[in-house]
Amino acid sequence: MATKTPAYTAATLPDAETLYGNLLAAVRHAIEHLPPELMHLIGIHSGGAWLAQRLHKDLGLAQPMGTLDISFYRDDFEKIGLHSQVMPSEISFSVAGKHLVLVDDVLYTGRTIRAAMNELFDYGRPASIRLAVLIDRGGRELPIAAVAVGGFIDPAPVASFVLSQTQAGAFVLTIESKEH
Amino acid sequence: MRNPQLNRHGELTHLITTEGLSRDILTHILDTAQTFVPLAERDVKKVPLLRGKSVFNLFFENSTRTLTTFEIAAKRLSADVFNLNINVSSAAKGETLLDTIANLSAMQADLFVVRHQASGAPYLIAQHVAPHVHVINAGDGRHAHPTQGLLDMYTIRHFKKDFSNLTVAVVGDVLHSRVARSNIHALTTLGVAEVRAVGPLTLLPSGLDQMGVRVFTDMNEGIKGADVIIMLRLQNERMGAALLPSSHEYFKHYGLTQEKLALAKADCIVMHPGPMNRGVEIDSAVADGPHSVILNQVTFGIAVRMAVMSIVAGASA
Repeated sequence: MATKTPAYTAATLPDAETLYGNLLAAVRHAIEHLPPELMHLIGIHSGGAWLAQRLHKDLGLAQPMGTLDISFYRDDFEKIGLHSQVMPSEISFSVAGKHLVLVDDVLYTGRTIRAAMNELFDYGRPASIRLAVLIDRGGRELPIAAVAVGGFIDPAPVASFVLSQTQAGAFVLTIESKEH
Repeated sequence: MRNPQLNRHGELTHLITTEGLSRDILTHILDTAQTFVPLAERDVKKVPLLRGKSVFNLFFENSTRTLTTFEIAAKRLSADVFNLNINVSSAAKGETLLDTIANLSAMQADLFVVRHQASGAPYLIAQHVAPHVHVINAGDGRHAHPTQGLLDMYTIRHFKKDFSNLTVAVVGDVLHSRVARSNIHALTTLGVAEVRAVGPLTLLPSGLDQMGVRVFTDMNEGIKGADVIIMLRLQNERMGAALLPSSHEYFKHYGLTQEKLALAKADCIVMHPGPMNRGVEIDSAVADGPHSVILNQVTFGIAVRMAVMSIVAGASA
């Protein structure tokens, strides 16, 4: 479970590269008993896709990774319409019978992961799906849990984390107020 | 006055015409369509975006291809689809257009796709539906056929990547063609270098110059150096009506043959909105040849119609 901590500021926010190091170790542990030829990473646009790319390289995986844009599966289409920048989902391999590791930057309500799993099942029937996230911020509204986590951080409810990537590929975490 | 296709937030809530839509909106539709294209490769070719929504295809004029692609598009978005062939139902019994719409609205319609022989019918409907109901024009009179225009833009972008250096020739019965009008507006907004209209004077409307279109009555001149040739269907009913002598005569001057096509760029693409009259506006050797992207247009049409439906359905009331 997420540990309760006071609201973060830019100064107290954990370093994204440190969190990534934790995540890498946790994913390595989570997949060690899986047959490598049947294991694929799937990154959720956009932060999760960057993380999956980096994990794919650092873990030296031979099987291709995939990316998902869950815009067409969101449960808030009624409220907010179509996201203005939808990216194509790219899964070049058959998911049937595969062990998939979904990768995302922040795990919060769990609704994004619900949407991602629905989309994955429209590609076929995977053998299993695991979840790896850089940050678990608590606040779940669905029965969803990650097997690999970079860090448990509970920000103020009005804040959201923004993951970005420098030109050199290093991860940077910032915090953004949701109030406009 | 606000563009009647946009809501107060500037979002596309109806699609009536490509005229007056910004480059951003057109590009957003094309980008969204691009994300729907890979869906055709999947096990399940559906996404749940419009689950529980009711889409009514109201076709007051026959069109098998357009109706079918709209139906496929709505079904791939998981909507419930109802096809109404109004020629043979209420309109024939004397019901007015707005009464038909009021009745269907009472059945909780969310989206109307309208094909009508009268220019302006989809606009009239859009003015009278509740704010959460959306209208898509599937072709009205001589006025507009915006989803055809958009799928043509998608096809051009797919093969040519960029609009800015292109010369596009629209050939044939421009006067009676809603496809030509929708294409010309979209091409101009997307910044194509040169738009040409090619055809006999009797089939070219006045005012093309003001739209920034170069007019040619000589086909060889009109397609010389073109990157894209959009052939228009010659409607048989125009024949002999003092506009044209005969289909044979028309083919001789304005039919696209391999000899004429050789005047265009070597990598020119040939498009046609269908249904084709082989041997009237286009020779079979060209229609089935390596430059033809006519069947690609049909495939892309599904993704473009999915994009339009999901964008308008997602606009706030």
